[in-house]
Amino acid sequence: MVNQRSTRSETAVDEVVDEIRTFFSSAVGEGVPHPDDDYFALGLVNSLFALELVTHVERTFGLTVEVEDLDLDNFRTMNRIARFVRHKLSETSGGS
Amino acid sequence: MTASTALADAVAFARSAREEAGGWDRRGAIPTDVLDAVAGAGFLAVDVPAEHGGLGRSPAELGELCAAFGGACSALRGLVTVQGMVAAAVLRWGDREQRARWLPALASGARRAAFAATEPGAGTDLSAATTSATPTVGGLRVRGRKLWVTFGAVADVYLVLAALDGKPVAVLVEADRAGVTVEPIGGQLGMRAAHLANLRFDDVVVPQENLVGAPGFGLSHVVATALDHGRFTVAWGCVGLAEACLDLAAAHVGRRSQGGVRLAEHETVRALLGRDLVEASAARRLCEHAAELRARADADAIAETVLAKYAAARAASALSEHAVQLHGAAGCAQDSTVGRFFRDAKVMRIIEGADEPAELRLGEYALRRPGRSR
Ligand SMILES: Cc1cc2nc3c(=O)[nH]c(=O)nc-3n(C[C@H](O)[C@H](O)[C@H](O)COP(=O)(O)OP(=O)(O)OC[C@H]3O[C@@H](n4cnc5c(N)ncnc54)[C@H](O)[C@@H]3O)c2cc1C
Repeated sequence: MVNQRSTRSETAVDEVVDEIRTFFSSAVGEGVPHPDDDYFALGLVNSLFALELVTHVERTFGLTVEVEDLDLDNFRTMNRIARFVRHKLSETSGGS
Repeated sequence: MTASTALADAVAFARSAREEAGGWDRRGAIPTDVLDAVAGAGFLAVDVPAEHGGLGRSPAELGELCAAFGGACSALRGLVTVQGMVAAAVLRWGDREQRARWLPALASGARRAAFAATEPGAGTDLSAATTSATPTVGGLRVRGRKLWVTFGAVADVYLVLAALDGKPVAVLVEADRAGVTVEPIGGQLGMRAAHLANLRFDDVVVPQENLVGAPGFGLSHVVATALDHGRFTVAWGCVGLAEACLDLAAAHVGRRSQGGVRLAEHETVRALLGRDLVEASAARRLCEHAAELRARADADAIAETVLAKYAAARAASALSEHAVQLHGAAGCAQDSTVGRFFRDAKVMRIIEGADEPAELRLGEYALRRPGRSR
C-alpha cells in the first residue's frame, strides 16, 4: 500500500516536470533549462513570464497559488515547481 | 442589479459625462462630486468578487464599462483603471487581512487608490526603481520619488513599487501618512482631467501589513498583476475612444459641404472611414478575445491582453488623427472633442507598456505560438 502510493506520487512528479518543461519550451524555445536550473537567475524569462507561469500552473493542475505560496523557493526551478504542485495537490485532496 | 442594468447605467452615465468632459479637460480636473458619483453608482472595481464586496462582474462586462467611459472621457476611464489595478493586485496577492481591509473599500470607492511605479530613472524598465522600503521599528520606512501618478492628487492610498534590500516590493502607502508630499501636475498632453501628481515619500513609515506579497515578488507578480489589469481596461477604453471618433467623423462628413459637395461624397473620405471601421472592429474583437481568455484564466490571457492593448491604442491613435483631419479647423479648436481624443490617444501608446516594448513581448509570443492550437 505505502509503496504503491509513493510510486504513484513519483510518477506524478515526473508528469508535472514534463508538463512544466513543455510550457517552458513554448515560452523560451530552445535552451530549456535543466530541471534544477534557476531560470530567473539565468535571465531566461521576460517580464510577463512570472505571471504566465503562475496562471499556467494553476489552470493545468487545478490549484490556486496563494500569496503564502509565493516564495521564490517554490518557483525558482522546474523541479521545485513540481514539488510545490505535488504538495498543493496532496493538501487539497484532504491530505489522504 | 443585473449585469445588463449595471452596464446600461454605465452607458447612460458616460453619455451624460460626454457633455461635461470638454470642460473637465480645460479646467484640468473631473470635479470630486463626479468622482464620488462614479463610486456611488458602483462603477469602480466591478470585477472584485462579491465575497470581497464587489459586484463580481466578468472581464467582458468590465471591458464594456471601460469602452463606454473611454468613449466619453479618458480621465474617467483612468479612474476605473487605477482603482481596478490596485484592487486586482490586492485581490491576487494580498493575504486574508489585506483583502478584508482593502477590497470592500476599493469596490465601494470609500477609498480611492492610485498606482505609483514610474520614477525619473524608471519608466519602461521598472526594475530600475530606486524608491526604498527599509525595515524599521513599526514596519517599513519608504523613501523616494514617484512621477505621473494618475489620480495621485486625490487618492487615499498608493500602491508603491519599491526595493527592500535590493528586492522589489509592493507597498500600500496611505496619502495621509507623515512624510507624503503630493505635487499635482497639469497641462500635460492628454488625460488632463485625471488629477495627476508627482509624489515624494520622505521616510514614510507604514506598518508591515501594508507590504503586499513577499520581498522579491513586488515587480514580477504584484505590480505585473496591476499592469496586466491596467492594460486590459486601457485597451477597452481605447476601443470606446476609437468608436467615438469614427461616429464623430462620420457625422461631420455627412453634414459638412464644400464646393457644393458633402465631404462624405468624396471617395477618399469614404475609403478612409471604411478602413477606420475595420480597425475599430478589429480592436473590439481582440479585446473580446482577451476578455474570454481572462474569464477562463488562460495563461495566454496575459500576452493576448498586451496584443489587444497594442492594437486598440493604435486604432484609437489612428482614428482620432483621422477624425481631427476630417474636421479641419473645427478639429483643432480649443473645445474640439476629437482634438481631445487625439491628445488622449497619444498617451495610450505610451502608458501600460509603450508600443515598442509591447512589440518585443509580442514577437516572443509569436515565436512560441507555432504548433499550438488557439
Ligand atoms: C498621462 C499619463 C499617466 C500616467 N499614469 C501613470 C500612473 O498612474 N502610474 C505610473 O506609475 N506611471 C504612470 N505614467 C507613466 C507611464 O507609465 C510611463 O510614461 C511609461 O511607463 C513609459 O515610461 P517613460 O515615460 O519613462 O518612457 P521611457 O521608458 O523613457 O521610454 C520612452 C520611449 O522610448 C521607446 N522605448 C522604450 N523602451 C523601448 C524598447 N525596449 N525598444 C524600443 N523603444 C523603446 C518608446 O517609444 C517609449 O515611449 C503615466 C504617464 C502618462 C503620460
